[in-house]
Amino acid sequence: MLEFKNVKKRYGGGKTVVSNLNLKIEKGEFVCFIGPSGCGKTTTMKMVNRLIHISEGSILVDGKNIKDQDPVELRRSIGYVIQQIGLMPHMTIKENIVLVGTLLKWSKEKKDARAKELLKLVGLPEEYLDKYPHELSGGQQQRIGVLRALAANPPLILMDEPFGALDPITRDSLQEEFKKLQKELDKTIVFVTHDMDEALKLGDRIVIMKDGEVVQADTPDEILRNPANEFVEEFLGKDRLIQGRPDVTTVGQIMEGSPVTVQTGTTLKSAISTMRDKHVDSLLVVDSNHVLKGFIDIEAINLNYKKANQVDDIMETDFISVSQDSLLRDTVHRILRRGVKYVPVIDNDQKLTGIVTRATLANLVYDTIWGDGMELAEAATATE
Amino acid sequence: MMEFFTEHGNDLMIKTWEHFYISLAAILLGVLVAVPLGIMLSRTPKFADRFISFVGILQTIPSLAILAFFIPIMGVGKLPAILALFFYSLLPILRNTYIGVRDVDKGVVEAGKGMGMSNRQSIVKMELPLALPVIMAGVRLSTVYLIGWATLAAFIGGGGLGDFIFDGLNLYQPALIIAGTIPATILAVIADRSLAYLENRLTPEGLKDSYEAA
Repeated sequence: MLEFKNVKKRYGGGKTVVSNLNLKIEKGEFVCFIGPSGCGKTTTMKMVNRLIHISEGSILVDGKNIKDQDPVELRRSIGYVIQQIGLMPHMTIKENIVLVGTLLKWSKEKKDARAKELLKLVGLPEEYLDKYPHELSGGQQQRIGVLRALAANPPLILMDEPFGALDPITRDSLQEEFKKLQKELDKTIVFVTHDMDEALKLGDRIVIMKDGEVVQADTPDEILRNPANEFVEEFLGKDRLIQGRPDVTTVGQIMEGSPVTVQTGTTLKSAISTMRDKHVDSLLVVDSNHVLKGFIDIEAINLNYKKANQVDDIMETDFISVSQDSLLRDTVHRILRRGVKYVPVIDNDQKLTGIVTRATLANLVYDTIWGDGMELAEAATATE
Repeated sequence: MMEFFTEHGNDLMIKTWEHFYISLAAILLGVLVAVPLGIMLSRTPKFADRFISFVGILQTIPSLAILAFFIPIMGVGKLPAILALFFYSLLPILRNTYIGVRDVDKGVVEAGKGMGMSNRQSIVKMELPLALPVIMAGVRLSTVYLIGWATLAAFIGGGGLGDFIFDGLNLYQPALIIAGTIPATILAVIADRSLAYLENRLTPEGLKDSYEAA
């Protein structure tokens, strides 16, 4: 749908604003560009509709190089929404909505019908068509701004911090509305913002930029889970990383590292003494390569110690385990629903790497409710 | 009084018409030149400031001197008078057009461009209508000044109400001076009112309300 190939932007003084940008955006994708001011995110976006000239490289829209197209025609085929809203104060809402239609010389009937149809999308009454922009609230004005971008039904829409100037409540409802609208209409969106919450909420993919370069381009989940470097971590902020944890924490991050194990071939006698030493009532059985084979518990030993000699004979091989890369939220569900006391954690080679117990989860719930355990301990020491 | 009118009445009508027509021609010429020039200047702000101060300097040349300079170049008569007055009309119109167009909300202009307005469409559909109140203020100011200055046209044989005033001065007849001054003043007031009306008609509906609201 939209492709950046080695795109560079340099200004006269030799200042490089965007250096070597490569990115492919699929049809229907909602991509948020984010970064500190001056990182080149807005420049990148404005190069797409040629409001800013590309120094080097090329941008393809639907496989066609935008340099080969007439800039005015190109802009009419791409939706554009800006932070300042920019409704024409001397035109009615209707004239504003179908502005591109006017430029494309649509008939009056077509324009009227389209304006009515669009206004319905945002749930504003038809009387609004004959009002002027200054009679509307900021939120309503930007709804019209979005409709104006949709008027000619462009497959691609560029948005430059469109909700940035609105109050938080209005912004929130517009974000919700717009995300829904985008899914319904299946538009490709390039969305520039400096608000991380907004990007995480709206984006299918987030492109984090710094000094004209892409630092990380991934899904919100992936960015929260694996920030590419310190800059991204800092940009996300500690709060957000902690907040994001229940959603994206992997089992590997919270598991207890060294569960009590016995090797295959161990006698029951020595297994029992291990249990007594470690104060546990069950043991995980692994082979010499640390691959998980099964488990034994005290009941099984109690029933079978006369008949069997080795752990291999009585161990339970029908067990559930989780991979250390799986998401915690899925694991919690499994542990709680199955009623098991613990779940062994394995890596991709079936090797045992750790264990998640109900006690582990209790700690996590505690942390979520009371904040970080560490901080609490520090606070306690401080008061003493 | 009646005596004065029977003697000069006819003449007064003709001179007033001449006066009106010289001023109108100069102002129309001024609008035709200054508005497009002002729009062009708004595209090159760096050059614009220098250019406008240069025009400002021209404006400081005493009007009588300008008229005198025109005699060797253009001779005497209505045409040099109109041309000289036209130079005077330029600055207020030019400056107001430039400022009016320059100060159109950047967001609106960017939105228009981003929507795919060509440069011409941007000017005609967006920037001119939005800058119109400011441009009209310049035109009104220019017009009122020009009607006053047009009395000087008589100095280079341009005619108009200035003839009465100069005659009055030469013949020590205050009545003639007043006969030249009052119609000029009335003319200026009428012109200003008419332009105000025109401005009101031309200002887009949506803008009027927003001024009231603001």
